[in-house]
Amino acid sequence: MLKINLCGIEFRNPVFLASGIMGETGSALKRIAKGGAGAVTTKSIGLNPNPGHRNPTIVEVYGGFLNAMGLPNPGIDEYLEEIKGVRDELNRMDIRIIGSIYGKDEEEFAEVAKKMEEYVDIIELNISCPHAKGYGATIGQNPDLSYSVCKAVKKAVKVPVFAKLTPNVTDIIEIAQAVVDAGVDGLVAINTVRGMAIDIKAKKPILANKFGGLSGRAIKPIGIKVVWDLYENFDVPIIGVGGIMSGEDAIEYMMAGASAVQIGSGVYYRGYDIFKKVCDEIINFLKEENLTLKEIVGIAHE
Amino acid sequence: MEKPVICRIKEIIEESPTVKTFIIDKDFDFKPGQFAMLWLPGVDEKPFGFSSKNSFSVARVGNFTKKMHELKEGDIIGVRGPYGTYFEPMGDKVLAVAGGIGAAPIVTAVEEFSKQGVEITTILGARSKEELLFLDRFKKSGRLEICTDDGSFGFKGFTTEKMKEILKEERFDLIITCGPEIMMKKVVDIANEYNIPVQVSMERYMKCGIGICGQCCVDDEGLCVCKDGPVFWGDKLKFIKEFGKYKRDASGKKIYY
Repeated sequence: MLKINLCGIEFRNPVFLASGIMGETGSALKRIAKGGAGAVTTKSIGLNPNPGHRNPTIVEVYGGFLNAMGLPNPGIDEYLEEIKGVRDELNRMDIRIIGSIYGKDEEEFAEVAKKMEEYVDIIELNISCPHAKGYGATIGQNPDLSYSVCKAVKKAVKVPVFAKLTPNVTDIIEIAQAVVDAGVDGLVAINTVRGMAIDIKAKKPILANKFGGLSGRAIKPIGIKVVWDLYENFDVPIIGVGGIMSGEDAIEYMMAGASAVQIGSGVYYRGYDIFKKVCDEIINFLKEENLTLKEIVGIAHE
Repeated sequence: MEKPVICRIKEIIEESPTVKTFIIDKDFDFKPGQFAMLWLPGVDEKPFGFSSKNSFSVARVGNFTKKMHELKEGDIIGVRGPYGTYFEPMGDKVLAVAGGIGAAPIVTAVEEFSKQGVEITTILGARSKEELLFLDRFKKSGRLEICTDDGSFGFKGFTTEKMKEILKEERFDLIITCGPEIMMKKVVDIANEYNIPVQVSMERYMKCGIGICGQCCVDDEGLCVCKDGPVFWGDKLKFIKEFGKYKRDASGKKIYY
């Protein structure tokens, strides 16, 4: 009932793990797969090992979490070993792998993408991390840089390429237009929203990086609006992400135009099997309303 | 809310040349073996086991702990926790094996267990006499066997040698252990040999401390040391293939023991 097809790839359900949560090792991805996700997204992987920012890298605020992990990852070569270790098992479970990657420029993106390609079903371009200077949103806030990165990766690989967008821009359509022009196969929206928390007794920002990205319930309306706008303007599939805790939230994203969704912070609030729970809730809704998954995608626009 | 609670340091006790205990002005409702993320604003945030409801004992091993050791009474630290699983008593007789700073969570466990009427034997190991921790607290909680690497006090040799010696004579219902992973691996092997249930307290590089970032996930099943641990029963260890073999650094790169 929840099977979907994105860019010719079959997914057993449209509820995926978002990048950044649990994805640092293969066994962590496997655990999430067992929690019922239709696909798991890796942490964003770069060319070289990166320890990320110092702690505190995360702090809870009303409505969600602020984080500034700083793109920690062991580098693509070592990370491929992590994926190799679990790939067969994920295949047996019929779970797809989305490989999130980052780089400082189009050459680096293309190089990592080429190495990653063989081991994943989709490549997701992190041009939206708000707290890693020179990476992520530094690229994704600039339409020209976004275009050249997407273009270079599209040229380098054959698997479908999705660009993950940052909401921290004045006009997201301008950025989305650039990446669609570059030929990406789909869009992922949204990455976290820039924010800061200060401890008034320590008299300092709590995150070591001072600011970070806000995830969780508070950003859902922001994500819904972005997905709505993307659906109005583009024909490529959209994966909605940002503050999804329940099947109802997922359906709201789908009605705005998302073909699939990703969950991050929800793992904290509802456990590693949130994916299964959200799928069950979507099924219940579809049965109640006598609708199919396909019918609800973008239904709010009609 | 998963955020640091700012605490003031009331008193600092020099336990040994390398270990200081920081007593803070707030009590935490912790269970033995649980930890908190300690935040030094401007420095870092790292996990430490509680050494009592209002104290942490910190061995100087790296930059963060060096900065901790420079703190003075009246300074502030952030405390986020308590987190994780804890040591649970089982049966009437418990053997505790503590190595180095692993004595901190173990002493809280044996104190709690002995309060509940459990008969305790602790094997406490350290490099030398002056590095032995919490001797008085251990003695008050039951029988204490001391081991030092250099023989400057008690039995000269490893805790695991002493453990074998004791197990030849006596039967225990449960073994608990905390210390260097290589030591704990041996403790688990010996416990299995004698068919005695065991609980170990593991340590891994941690970031979020609440089971979402994936930094401390252990192979092969992706258990989070911060949330599914740090205290694991022996039967769970079967799913932790990396135990005693390797750990990961802040980037996720494997470091073999």
